[in-house]
Amino acid sequence: MSTRPIVAVPPEALRIVTFDAAMEASIAELLPRYPTRRAAVLPVLWLCQERFGWISPGVVRAVAARLGESPAFVEGVVSFYTMYQTAPPARYVLQVCTTLSCAWCGGRELVAHLKERLGISFGEKTPDGMFQLVGVQCLGACGTAPVVQINDDYYENLDVAKLDAILDELAGRS
Amino acid sequence: MEPVLLRARGVADSRSLAAYLAAGGYEGWKKALGMGPDAVTKEVLDSELRGRGGAGFPTGRKWSFVPKDHPGPRYLVCNADESEPGTFKDREIIEYDPHQVVEGVAIAAFAIKANTAYIYIRGEFVRWARILEDAIAEARQRGFLGKNVMGSGFDLDIWVHRGAGAYICGEETALLESIEGKRGFPRLKPPFPAVVGVFGQPTVINNVETLACVPHIIVRGAAWFAAIGRPKNTGPKLFCVSGHVNRPGVYELPLGVTFREIIEEHAGGIRGGRKLKAFFPGGSSAPVLTADEVDTGADFDACAAAGTMLGSGGVIVFDDTVDMVEVADNVAHFYAHESCGQCTPCREGSDWCMDILDRLVAGHGQAADPDTLLRICRFSSAGMTICPLGDAFALPISSIVNKYRAEFEHRIASATPLPQKKQPVLPWAGPRPGFGI
Repeated sequence: MSTRPIVAVPPEALRIVTFDAAMEASIAELLPRYPTRRAAVLPVLWLCQERFGWISPGVVRAVAARLGESPAFVEGVVSFYTMYQTAPPARYVLQVCTTLSCAWCGGRELVAHLKERLGISFGEKTPDGMFQLVGVQCLGACGTAPVVQINDDYYENLDVAKLDAILDELAGRS
Repeated sequence: MEPVLLRARGVADSRSLAAYLAAGGYEGWKKALGMGPDAVTKEVLDSELRGRGGAGFPTGRKWSFVPKDHPGPRYLVCNADESEPGTFKDREIIEYDPHQVVEGVAIAAFAIKANTAYIYIRGEFVRWARILEDAIAEARQRGFLGKNVMGSGFDLDIWVHRGAGAYICGEETALLESIEGKRGFPRLKPPFPAVVGVFGQPTVINNVETLACVPHIIVRGAAWFAAIGRPKNTGPKLFCVSGHVNRPGVYELPLGVTFREIIEEHAGGIRGGRKLKAFFPGGSSAPVLTADEVDTGADFDACAAAGTMLGSGGVIVFDDTVDMVEVADNVAHFYAHESCGQCTPCREGSDWCMDILDRLVAGHGQAADPDTLLRICRFSSAGMTICPLGDAFALPISSIVNKYRAEFEHRIASATPLPQKKQPVLPWAGPRPGFGI
């Protein structure tokens, strides 16, 4: 599997956001699916996160203006859902499942190993901006525990050796 | 039994429309269009199909609650949020047979006369959302969806709507709020979604597995479906077995088999030659069952009689090395994280349980802790909250305290007092004290 890295636009470049023609075309495709513009808030935020890597306050304002909502409303949505990133993420976000089946079938060992190998705790990034470690709740892949989601991709049936090989490959060191 | 929902598992290129058509796909959709909405609903009602998402409500009855004379649009929503810990069955259906879901959505939408359907899929399932979108595009290209489907005069659009990471959006009214572009706060019921649902219009919400059953019921008849399983608990069911078993995975079995058969025969027994200690029969929201209760039948009514629930069919198995206090702590962490925060008993109760259990696990238990946990659970469940998330943490935690109380007492007997926290004195002009954490 070749996981695509996240390329986060730096905060300075996301203070004031205007949508280009490609973005507008994608939004125009979404709007007719729903009877209200508000219903497009989640999908448009997804488009923005795919494009910019994260949701800055400038992105929130742009989405709100485009859909006729207040920035406060959009910010409320962004902060409610865990998957919208409100700070520039690392190139690879390692989301380790910490719930029941994963925890008891090797997930806790993975967490301990990742913390040691990367020298960071949950919620932190490595200084080179390569990896970010996040502890997440059930990813819905309990039969193939333990599971780590890296960016959009699921890596299942892991152990420490397999995870090390994956990280080596992602870091371009193998 | 012969696989029904998982018949495509292991078939080459099973996701393609060609493979689905070769296996008799979309025959149910053609037949349904000829039958008319009322006959379709009657067939599903006669099959006694019950919702596979957790509540086990009869699907045909749910459809029949949609007001017949409603002048505006109606909506069908397919719940693919699949966020109950221990559940990974919908993903299996989508992975191998996405057209089965599309066909089920189409037939259900026709039955309630909805021209728009949404498939709400959890945000993490990026890959499976794409699989569904590809299947929908393929079906539309072939004329199974879109304007005037196969010359019937019925229009149908299906859209995939991605969530963004919130367990609560698996709850049907929170899911509707999320489709509307809002935070996933569950709504008070009544009015039920069948009367006032998404965008204020009548809406039916069915689980992926429920809808996947529908084409088979239409093609092979209600009597065929009702002959599988037990009376009132009919049809095939996907059981997701995870945890300490030799062969974790999704197994399709008739409702009413025992958990012993699921765990020992199909999942290959406990791994490493160890013994079964406990298991969640239907996701982590269901009260835990002990090894002595493994002969309980895996269907809605047998589970209810045993004081638990079949839920989504997520069987999480623990061997005899597992500390049940830690299991309770893990469960509390999940629900404290996922409580939407609307209702005080759930928001505060889940956090409070987590704090007590964290303290117990850290070796600082107090004699009153088990009773305090039971008291919090009592005040967070049984109708004290808008949605069932209050029950979802209260039932498993209280069942663990009740059934494994000796483990709590054992930890408390060897506990040490909680170290004194340094209390900050405010206002403070120096560096932030960090509140002793």
